[in-house]
Amino acid sequence: MDKLAFDIAHLLAGSLLLVSFLMIYQDRLFSLLRFFALHAVVLSLSVAWQAYVQDAPFLYITAAIALFFKGLIIPAALQKIVRRLEIHREVEQVVGIGITMLAGIGLTALSIILMLRVTANADSFAREDMAFALAVILLGLLMMVTRRNAVSQVVGFMSLENGLILAAAGAKGMPLVVEISVAFSVLIAFIVIGVFLFRIRERFDTVDVGALDQFRGDQK
Amino acid sequence: MVLIAGLLVQGVQMLLVVALAPLLVGVVRLTKARLMRHRGAPVVQPYRDLMRLMRKEVVLAHNASWLFRVSPYLIFAATWVAAALIPTFASGLLFSWAADLIAIVALLASARFFLALAAMDVGTSFGGIGASREMMISTLAEPAMMLTVFSLALIAGSTQLSTIVEYLAAPGVGLRVSLGMALVALVIVALAENARIPVDNPGTHLELTMVHEAMVLEYSGRHLAMIELAAALKLLLYISLIGAIFWPFSIAGSGASVGAYVLGALAYLVKLLAGGVLLAIFEVSIAKMRLFRVPNLLGVALMLALLGTLLLFVSRSI
Repeated sequence: MDKLAFDIAHLLAGSLLLVSFLMIYQDRLFSLLRFFALHAVVLSLSVAWQAYVQDAPFLYITAAIALFFKGLIIPAALQKIVRRLEIHREVEQVVGIGITMLAGIGLTALSIILMLRVTANADSFAREDMAFALAVILLGLLMMVTRRNAVSQVVGFMSLENGLILAAAGAKGMPLVVEISVAFSVLIAFIVIGVFLFRIRERFDTVDVGALDQFRGDQK
Repeated sequence: MVLIAGLLVQGVQMLLVVALAPLLVGVVRLTKARLMRHRGAPVVQPYRDLMRLMRKEVVLAHNASWLFRVSPYLIFAATWVAAALIPTFASGLLFSWAADLIAIVALLASARFFLALAAMDVGTSFGGIGASREMMISTLAEPAMMLTVFSLALIAGSTQLSTIVEYLAAPGVGLRVSLGMALVALVIVALAENARIPVDNPGTHLELTMVHEAMVLEYSGRHLAMIELAAALKLLLYISLIGAIFWPFSIAGSGASVGAYVLGALAYLVKLLAGGVLLAIFEVSIAKMRLFRVPNLLGVALMLALLGTLLLFVSRSI
């Protein structure tokens, strides 16, 4: 039973990492948003499994929050924003997909090596969840760095936050208050970012953040 | 006595793969035709084609060297040896000490090397195009294949194919996400290596898109028959490999009874049939890719294989 429980947790966390990679691979905005919704669904499954294994009922609430806000509301809202902004729907990348993928694999290897060293005498559930969570966080950061489009940077930020929730679910004894406040702060951040997106678009006629560079003070 | 039985099983295996390979091609073609609402040729048509090609005269270009004439036999021999090493219905084959996955990859690579050389030998432009495309695809597919081999070897603790199959057939394997990733990677590699649809179209001689057909354009007669049979064997090899690794049940172990061997052979036939039908359904439902998008597809295979290998290090035990 314990073996199977661990295998299923490993499977779900591994799939979360896989969906992170698939998100980097997408080159259309709408498919990116769909994969982001899938990311949240896999996350909520993973958290629910942790709740079942650890016998911690409040984790079910975390899973429900992830499913509801990140699996439904935020992707739908982002789709609406993309439609309203009328930007073209391809994802501009700073470097090619291949190089980004290789960097992502490197980051995954790094986080696995690091976490296996650091958590040498923690229990095995927390160990593998931590390793995967760090990898998901780093991949979210990578996505924010390698995309020029502000919408996909938002998606990168949100997937980074999914990684944080995975880490929190793996570590036993995270209070529910913290989880809820994190979830709501992300929601607030999303609203603020949405407002900013419209402001950027209004001002510069694009959501390509490269356009902002020429308005920086340090350049002549 | 044990030696004789071992020799017998190995001999049956060698004959079985070469006898079934054209049938598999026939099944795939017929299923594809039926799915597109054509009537399609009967499943024995590839045998008839091969017999006819065997009887026909060989037409050689004036500047064809000895390499051009020798290559078909080399390609066929290398592919046949590789196919004979896969545990199709029995895992304890007499030659299973040689059935190392890396050796099988190397045999297939040498067959491809000779095919590319022969394609460039006569000096027609199509041969050159085909050879260069084939080499591009294989340089991308081979790392993905090797990484899949590594992750299987990490799980089973050996690159010996029969050991891997016996380990995976045992119930101690559990649920592993790495195996799923390895399966997807291996399927993509198999599609690319066998020149199947998203990468190359096996049923056309359309100039712009062909890869494998462009390389064998200069061949005729018994040389062409050898190359076609080798291509069919390669398809059978990949389907058998995927079947043996990811559905290893009812493969007879070493020293099994006659009944177990018969059961294994029946299960093998079912596997081949299922593999052929699935391949046909997949090919009908997808469009061919632009050649310059193929690296992206194979990059996915490489990434999945690499990720599967990495994930093994945080799993229960290596």
